[in-house]
Amino acid sequence: MQKNSLIFSTGVFLLGVYVAVPLAIATSERFDLYYTLTAVALLSIASAGVWLTFYIGRINIGQGAYSLVGGYVSALLVTQTNMSFWWTLPIAGAFCALLSVLIGLPILRLRGVYFAMVTLVLTEVARLCALALPITSGAKGITSIPLPSALKIFGITLIPDFSSLANPKLAFYFMAVTMMVVAYAVLWRIVHSRLGHLCRSLQQNEELASSIGVNTAWLRVLAYSISSFFGGIAGAGFIAISQSIYPSSFQSTDSVNFMLNCFLGGLGYVMGPMLGTLLLYFGWDLLFSTGRFQLLIYSTLMILLMLWLPNGVLSLMDRKGDRK
Amino acid sequence: MEQVIANGLYLGAQYALIALGLTLIFSLMNVLNFAHGQMYVLGGFVTYTVVAQFELPFVVGLAASAVVLAITGALVERFLFRPVIKNSHREESTMLLAAGIAFFLDAVILLVFGEKQRGVPKIIDGLFNWDFLIVMPYDRIVIGFLAIALIAIFILFMQHSKTGRAMRALAQDKIAARLMGVDVDRYSMIGFALGAMLAGVVGGLLVTITGINLGMGGPTSIKAFMMIMIGGAGVISGAIIGGFILGMMESVGLTVLASSGDITYLVIFATLMVFLAIRPQGLMGKPWG
Repeated sequence: MQKNSLIFSTGVFLLGVYVAVPLAIATSERFDLYYTLTAVALLSIASAGVWLTFYIGRINIGQGAYSLVGGYVSALLVTQTNMSFWWTLPIAGAFCALLSVLIGLPILRLRGVYFAMVTLVLTEVARLCALALPITSGAKGITSIPLPSALKIFGITLIPDFSSLANPKLAFYFMAVTMMVVAYAVLWRIVHSRLGHLCRSLQQNEELASSIGVNTAWLRVLAYSISSFFGGIAGAGFIAISQSIYPSSFQSTDSVNFMLNCFLGGLGYVMGPMLGTLLLYFGWDLLFSTGRFQLLIYSTLMILLMLWLPNGVLSLMDRKGDRK
Repeated sequence: MEQVIANGLYLGAQYALIALGLTLIFSLMNVLNFAHGQMYVLGGFVTYTVVAQFELPFVVGLAASAVVLAITGALVERFLFRPVIKNSHREESTMLLAAGIAFFLDAVILLVFGEKQRGVPKIIDGLFNWDFLIVMPYDRIVIGFLAIALIAIFILFMQHSKTGRAMRALAQDKIAARLMGVDVDRYSMIGFALGAMLAGVVGGLLVTITGINLGMGGPTSIKAFMMIMIGGAGVISGAIIGGFILGMMESVGLTVLASSGDITYLVIFATLMVFLAIRPQGLMGKPWG
């Protein structure tokens, strides 16, 4: 019964993002929404990574750093070595994962706000490195990155060349949504596996977990590197759309936003970060018409939401469960 | 070199005062106040308004900043942080609230004071010149000494007043403090107001020298976080040491590394990461404080 309803809701969700949304946009002719939704999909992948570090009981405000690194890796590979974007995507993710192992080994020993503050500093380090390193060409950034080319395996075209398409916006939308669906499927699988249970034990009591024989150090690094992998591919995907990258593409505000997405959606729910990203990003966009009051209304709503639902929007579902 | 040390001490005194407020709030409520930088900016704008627009003396402006920020802090604690801390499953949820307040203050400052860089005229003219070894404008010296005096008053207050003792007890052990009859809600509110007030006073002091603008809030928060990480979160001596160390590092870095471009902060950040890998709780902090 439980399984059926899960398959059903997954089906509805997939049908929604792949069929209903493009149809709705085509009929309403609001093609600008494609860009917004693509951005939401990609940002929600990075937020999913942050959520995973929350799952092991660490507050991660450094996801912007990995998104930036992932973006630069992809941009450099595409422009310097003419590699296909589709290959740079996993390479960017893997590079970030490796980097996060090196960084994570020392800093994951920190806890609570200490970890949070170090990761916040990490974002600044990434930005300053991008400014200072010779290969990233400093504040000028890397511009006019070509659109993703065709992906062929054994002569069969799996993904057509984006520059030859009549509507690359739609193609980008499908790319981002597919990445998001895969990322959340992976996340869901992790949470409902043995690894997920072990992560939960870390979240609750690290000493107890390690005394029972859980290899906490290894688990922490593993979860953090998966999280950074998500950050890396999200960054790379973003760069492909904007076709440019600057040291300011991802900064500490973005890192903070990734974290806020998780809080807003609810830390106890796999779909939390996705919903949070959608709400925050769309909320900001919708308020654009209010002009100079945009930030005021946005922040007021955020504070009110926090007062009303301190455990995230998805905690509404819990309340319903309690009443039954 | 003497000049570099003097600059470092001057910067450090300001930084220590900012870090004190942040660490006070953190130690009492376990809240990382993301809005601390914004409170600092707000304090600067209040002083600017009183001094430059109403043409009142600087001391009045400083007092106005202190009062306005103390009231803001008290209200924020009473009506925002307290209910959220009570209802939330995880205490980190206050971070979203703090970030929301940071955005909110940014928006209020933008609407009320505008986005222009503001400053007030120098409070004292003239230049202190000691054989060209140390050259420093008098107003900087005055502000530096004011900051040090405020730090001293703050320490005395925390050590010897009843309120200070209650707050130190709360920071050490909340449950034990409650059992001894300390009114947790009341002193949390006073502590938050005091922390916000310190941020406002620094803003008021610095508006005479560096001026103030809307964009300064976020970077100030990050700097304050770094200071309390160096010194150890939630420890008063740690905040002061952290502030002076960061001020000194900035002052030395900007001189020594000037030739190799804008990498002072990169070096500081990298040093900090290495330092925290060796000593995660900071210089003075308790383990997992």
